[in-house]
Amino acid sequence: MKFAVVVNEGPYQHQAANTAYHFTRSVLEKGHEVVRVFFYHDGVNNGTCLTAPPQDEPHIVNQWSRLGRVHDLDLVICVAAAQRRGIMDERESTRHELPAANLAEGFRIAGLGQLIDASIEADRLLVFGD
Amino acid sequence: MFINRRGPYGSGYAQEALEITLVGAAFDQQISLAFVDDGVFLLRVGQDTSGIAMKPYTAAYRALADFDVHRVYVERESLAARGMTERDLMAIPGEGQGPDGNLVEVVSSAELSNIIDGQDVLMNH
Repeated sequence: MKFAVVVNEGPYQHQAANTAYHFTRSVLEKGHEVVRVFFYHDGVNNGTCLTAPPQDEPHIVNQWSRLGRVHDLDLVICVAAAQRRGIMDERESTRHELPAANLAEGFRIAGLGQLIDASIEADRLLVFGD
Repeated sequence: MFINRRGPYGSGYAQEALEITLVGAAFDQQISLAFVDDGVFLLRVGQDTSGIAMKPYTAAYRALADFDVHRVYVERESLAARGMTERDLMAIPGEGQGPDGNLVEVVSSAELSNIIDGQDVLMNH
């Protein structure tokens, strides 16, 4: 089956991001396809490489990056939501004349059309939120 | 269908839900909106954000028909639980069933369940 996953909450404050990660990993390991993981609302905070949780806690950002690398997974951060919350790739950071970029490895920043596109392409769209 | 469950200014969900709604409409999808729980406050008439320095973005709902969004449902039970009636809601001009083509349709929880059942994709915010 083809799944699309939407993550509407950041890591650590809500269970949603963690559950979305475990769901995504599980369906991939069972041989299903995940057309895209789309991060919206505070979910964009899953994609900042400036995340440094205590060592005895899961590093959710790195978990996403690793899953993306292993499964060639499309991890998309919404550009509008990201700009409000300070998640920038090099290009956006330069465009806004900001001092730094912080997009984590394996993520890309794109528009909301990517979410609509995923909802059309997938058999099931799953929204993880509060 | 996009389901709005939260009020307008206490959190940012509804404002960004409106953004994805308009993008979805631009993709030629058949878009509908549901307002439930505190989401019914999004359509409350007489909003004034001048005291809280927030953008009064809910006025944009009145232009939904221009973006090809023609179905707007409000759950009756959610209104009643908040002491509101249909008269407390802004009209959304279009070609709906209401007076002057108002798109806003107040439906019962059971009716909304049936409508939700008929959707291909649901996103709730």
